[in-house]
Amino acid sequence: MTLRLALALGGLLASASGAGAAPDGVIRVGSKSFTESYILAEIAAQVIEQVGEARVERRVGLGGTGVTQRAIESGAIDLYPEYTGTLARVILKDPSLQTIEAIRARLAPRGLVVSGSLGFANTYALATRADLAERLGLRRISDLAAHRELRAAFSSGFLEREDGWPGLRAHYGLVLARADVMEHALTYRAVASGDVDLMDVFSTDGQLERLHLRLLEDDRGFFPDYSAVLLARRETTEHFPRTWARLRETLEGRLDGRRMAQLNAMADLDGKHVGEVAAAFLGGSSPSTAASSTGGPRAILGEIAALTRDHLLLVLISVGAAVALGIPMGIVAARFRRAGQLELSVIAMLQTVPALALLMFMIPLFGIGKGPALVALSLYALLPIARNTYAGLMAIDRTLLEIAWVLRLGELRRLLRIELPLSAITIMAGIKTAAVTTVGTATLAAFIGGGGYGTLIVRGLALDDTATILAGAAPAALMALAFHGLFELVDRVVIPRGLRG
Amino acid sequence: MRPMIALRGVTKRFGATVALDAVSLQVQPATTHVLLGSSGSGKSTVLRLILGLAAPDGGVVLVDDTPVDASTRDRLVARMGYVVQDGGLYPHLRASDNVALAAEAQAWPRARIAERVAALTELTGLDASMLRRYPRELSGGQRQRVGLMRALMLDPPILLLDEPLGALDPIVRAELQEHLGRLFADLGKTVVLVTHDVREAARLGHTITLLTAGRVVQHGTYADLAERPVSPFVTQFLTAQTLTAPSAPARG
Repeated sequence: MTLRLALALGGLLASASGAGAAPDGVIRVGSKSFTESYILAEIAAQVIEQVGEARVERRVGLGGTGVTQRAIESGAIDLYPEYTGTLARVILKDPSLQTIEAIRARLAPRGLVVSGSLGFANTYALATRADLAERLGLRRISDLAAHRELRAAFSSGFLEREDGWPGLRAHYGLVLARADVMEHALTYRAVASGDVDLMDVFSTDGQLERLHLRLLEDDRGFFPDYSAVLLARRETTEHFPRTWARLRETLEGRLDGRRMAQLNAMADLDGKHVGEVAAAFLGGSSPSTAASSTGGPRAILGEIAALTRDHLLLVLISVGAAVALGIPMGIVAARFRRAGQLELSVIAMLQTVPALALLMFMIPLFGIGKGPALVALSLYALLPIARNTYAGLMAIDRTLLEIAWVLRLGELRRLLRIELPLSAITIMAGIKTAAVTTVGTATLAAFIGGGGYGTLIVRGLALDDTATILAGAAPAALMALAFHGLFELVDRVVIPRGLRG
Repeated sequence: MRPMIALRGVTKRFGATVALDAVSLQVQPATTHVLLGSSGSGKSTVLRLILGLAAPDGGVVLVDDTPVDASTRDRLVARMGYVVQDGGLYPHLRASDNVALAAEAQAWPRARIAERVAALTELTGLDASMLRRYPRELSGGQRQRVGLMRALMLDPPILLLDEPLGALDPIVRAELQEHLGRLFADLGKTVVLVTHDVREAARLGHTITLLTAGRVVQHGTYADLAERPVSPFVTQFLTAQTLTAPSAPARG
């Protein structure tokens, strides 16, 4: 039992830190967290499995270009779908790069390879409700200049990127009543219900037609070309030449905008799983993959089981590390008052950083995956444990400590035999708080490829699929409850009988 | 005879408050000395200074002719047992574990610890079945006996007791007072006992120091205080609590 747990932990850490290693017979396919990216990644994954030259590991649903770029450069992923405009502007930071050839030449020194265009361009676009467009006579983006009362909700990337709202606003001289940031999947509903008038979309969005949304024409040519391509590590393409050739053969020039929009609609609107959508595109069923990652309802149960193991390990390891670190920190704080106050303030400050931001800060330091997620979660769990240890130790009756000195117990014996047991109730309460909240916070790990229940939540948000969101959120809530119950039992073991009420 | 414990002109302040003001006293070996006074008289502070838990602002505290200071206190405390009101037991440890703590720290073998605990159980008259219990499962008198056992575990020559019977009801208290008197005499310990109870002082103290507001009012036997009071305050303090004078303890 202990051995198996140790092996599992070891395996997890190895897979977390194994980024950037030489090809090991595995191609790690990444994606960002929106439908089209999931579908293209899944298609690539199924092609790789069909060729059989390498095994596939899916690291999908990563939280943005910053994450995927860092991931592919560090080798945490080997391949993912990207767009030429993003490559030029965000990664190479040179908007003048227009052609795939130019981009390819600039990425080559970084050890990255770009496929040919997959056949469609997915540019940014602005969309509004068709009836509103009708009423206000909105057909082109320049028409917005006359309607300052409109309210917009943009995805965070679009709101901040130079090739997004800031550039667009300057280019067209637009002023809007409101331009807020909103999770993309939720914005559709907000627009449909009339809470929001304007949103950013991709031109291949499968939902536009069925939700009665209208695209506004980019009449002054602001949005650059966003041709879809595959971005891969050169060592991967060289190591698996047949696979790379087949990927290019299967995908290059094979997807036009209409076809892509159809595939997106299958996933977004018909509730088909990404595995099925990819299989449909590849023509015929793809037996191995449908079950392995994103198959039907039965497959999702299997996936939940795997995610439960992931999530549990995330929580156990990070809380374990926080206990190992937090209790000594609490002891130090209680022993050296002034340094202790400083130390506790620093931990408290860490706690004020939003969990998602803390996860993102880990990327430049530790890349993506479970490793950085564990570091961030551990830091987050530190405060309740360190603070409660400190509070517990400080609350001990001074006479009892003086008697320990008179009995000549010595520092270590006094700590282990007297002080920590006397503080056990308070310390355990801190650990319990840390564990229960970490179960929740760990769902955010999925944004940096850390796995766990958040994987389903991120995917569900991307696909606007409430059932998938719940499939991730409900087990997380159950796990939090389970931890709460478990600690009632642990308390009985850890808290000395003489102290229990 | 050379005193086992001596204070010479000891002053102790806590901020602006003077807890002890030029206090001198001596305790002869194998006798029981009672520090008598009402709360705030400074009597507990004397114990803390002897233990080395606090340092005097003036004067010197001697234990066996050695001044108690930062360099000697660790060595000297090894010769002392300390009992506080209500036992001062660790609530998370069984009675037997409380008693055994000091011996464990000295790495005594288990068998020797068990033997010593058994001997002390008999000595203090504790019901042996109580040893398995946690402090909160014991009566006040039982807790006090366990506290005394713990202080006696390593058989120190000096015992310091701070209001050891303060939390007990009168009947248990009288019974334990008698028991303690015999025990101290049998064991030949040098005892300093702090109390505000005149009857207890009379029963247990070979000598008594009456303190008020950090100053010594009178040293002597109970008979000295009762029959040759140095001031009306002495008589007032004695008669406020006792109507009949109890007999003096047997000299050990």
